[in-house]
Amino acid sequence: MAIAETRIYMPGAPRPRLRLLEDERWLAFVLLVPTLALLGMFIAYPFVRGILLSVTNARVGVPGEFVGLANFYKIFNDGIFRTSVYNTFVYTGVTTVFKLALGLWLAMLLNRNFRGKAFTRAFILLPFIIPTVLSTFAWKWMFDPTFSVLNWLLYHLGLITGRINWLGDPDLAMISIIIVNIWRGVPFFAISLLAGLQTISPELSEAAAIDGAKPLQRFWYITWPLLLPVTMVVVLFSVIQTFADFQIVYVMTGGGPANATHLFATYAYQIGIGTGILSEGAAISLAMFPVLFLVVIIQLLYIRRVEVR
Amino acid sequence: MTTVTRRNVLKGGTALAGGMAGILASGRAPAFAQGTTVHWLRWNDFVPASDQLLRKELIPAAEKALGIKINLETVNGNDLQPRVTASVQSGSGPDLIMVFNNQSALYAESVVDLSDLAEEVSNREGGLYKYSRAVTSDGKKFNSMPWTIVGAMNAYRKSWFEEIGVTKFPETWDAYYDAGKKLKAKGRPLGQAVSHSFGDPPTFVYPLMWSYGGKEVEADGKTVAINSKNTVESVKFMTSFYKDTCDEGGLAWDDTSNNRAFLSQTISSTLNGASIYIESLRNPDKYITEKGAQLKTDILHAPLPKGPQGQFGLHTFFSHMLMSYSPNQKAAKDLLRWVHTPANYEKWFISQKGFATPPTAQWENHELWGADAVMDPFKVAGKLGQAPGYAGPAGKKAAEVLTKYIIVDMYAKAIQGASAEDAVKWAEDELKKIYT
Repeated sequence: MAIAETRIYMPGAPRPRLRLLEDERWLAFVLLVPTLALLGMFIAYPFVRGILLSVTNARVGVPGEFVGLANFYKIFNDGIFRTSVYNTFVYTGVTTVFKLALGLWLAMLLNRNFRGKAFTRAFILLPFIIPTVLSTFAWKWMFDPTFSVLNWLLYHLGLITGRINWLGDPDLAMISIIIVNIWRGVPFFAISLLAGLQTISPELSEAAAIDGAKPLQRFWYITWPLLLPVTMVVVLFSVIQTFADFQIVYVMTGGGPANATHLFATYAYQIGIGTGILSEGAAISLAMFPVLFLVVIIQLLYIRRVEVR
Repeated sequence: MTTVTRRNVLKGGTALAGGMAGILASGRAPAFAQGTTVHWLRWNDFVPASDQLLRKELIPAAEKALGIKINLETVNGNDLQPRVTASVQSGSGPDLIMVFNNQSALYAESVVDLSDLAEEVSNREGGLYKYSRAVTSDGKKFNSMPWTIVGAMNAYRKSWFEEIGVTKFPETWDAYYDAGKKLKAKGRPLGQAVSHSFGDPPTFVYPLMWSYGGKEVEADGKTVAINSKNTVESVKFMTSFYKDTCDEGGLAWDDTSNNRAFLSQTISSTLNGASIYIESLRNPDKYITEKGAQLKTDILHAPLPKGPQGQFGLHTFFSHMLMSYSPNQKAAKDLLRWVHTPANYEKWFISQKGFATPPTAQWENHELWGADAVMDPFKVAGKLGQAPGYAGPAGKKAAEVLTKYIIVDMYAKAIQGASAEDAVKWAEDELKKIYT
């Protein structure tokens, strides 16, 4: 810098700081800064802060002291936490299987030519487009213990004699939130897989048909292997999102009845934000990190293998 | 036209990044110089007329009298606590926040002591009730300013009880059980939420536990005492009471559900504030009984029945916290003092039509109480209420038990099929984590 300061500049010449940006390497760095800043602010900072919180006994308004892994020890001995872990796995597992099966089926149907194709494709996306909280409120009313329209319908169709206690019974409440998640997630699968299907040349299928392959064989030996990389990415996204799901459960059941439908995120929210024990809340939400990390690694490795093949 | 060059864009970007860095470094949202605005966060009142009165009359008057702007925000009651957490942690948010029961004890480090205002109101209005002090003060500091008590009483259908031969509301739990069983058999069950909602669930289960002689902790505030024969008995009673007399949807109800169920005439009795009756008064022709009469003429109120060890009540308490992060503490406190001035508070009190019982004794003599005999039981809610945390203090730990819904969940677990002993044991384990 000392040398630079002794230089004499012609009036109007660019300053050295800006000249530095003429260098492509510096420019590349500067252009990356906004992304880095955003990732740092909204992902790295909260994550590190979460880790720091989870090893203290911080409460709302009280910074707390370092307590090591006491919070983790506490939550692993907590029955509600164990229920939440179990629920999260069941919720993610069941919904992913159904979303994939129904989404693939829908994608195959939409991939055919029929009248009103564009309209139907747009229409299918509705559950995905409506803000989740709004649509979940509608579902909450449909499952309302007293005023359920589903019960009304089933009763008037003569299928039930009493009332189904959708959100008041622990098992039925779990089934209810699973139904809503599937309803909301199928369009994402359908549209993504449809995009994948459209990249597969129809000639392959036609050639196989000429060779005498049956529809099921054409699907299994041609469509499915070619669609696999897209499917894996879609499943990966869905698993991550479902695992950390919050809105549906928060609106529909609030984790009830008696904590029977809590997931990681809703339980962490109840403890951390509701009761204000930030440290325990952070520990609960961090507990899902190793699982998600493992899922991501396995799936990414698998995707790479499929792509290399 | 201005030419956008790469350099201009970069310069702009650097300035923006610098600005954000400044905000992050100061740890505070930018404050803009303008007239003082007090941000006041309250629940969506179950008596909507009171929120209208605040917005249309009281707030404009306060703005004029105090020379400030007031931003009144109302949210669902269950969302208040999350808002407190978010505001305290970010160091910015509403200046005044309403909280329920003894919740302000949880935020003692983040609120301004309101002892002077509380004592001022107490001295002027015949004294704060013991209950009002227990839930807002630790004996040295008022964490929040007592605002009101929403008395919890059973709203019940007079004619439906008469039809099963019950002319006076049952005085004991056993008698209430017998009546409820007959009513449920006629398709008119009792209704009770046993869920994570701030009002109805705790106001039912705490008094039930107390009336059987159960308590969460000894008077020392340390020795967990819930696992007793008495608590187990109360849980056993609740299990059969719920199955045989109640609308079983209640496990998924919140504080508004029983209002809807009662007004749509699917339940015969429910523990509630007076909001059901008040709504039936407000829209007399909308709510008509099966006999063609106005529903308001068929509603009466009664306290929860007696148990083997006495009769108790837990009434939802409302108070306002003045947040210590607030840059407008003086203005916010002036506003609190202004709304607590008898002439202003009275307008609000009257608009509640008895739904709210003030936290001081003098209001028991107000003419509002004589105007409608149906509302009479609510008059003394503040005098008779017992604070959560009994037999210990109603402080931070009791507030944590309450906001984690441990006592509520103990009953809910048993209703869902756990044995009474297991449910109580579970609650004992949870309480020990908090109290020891």
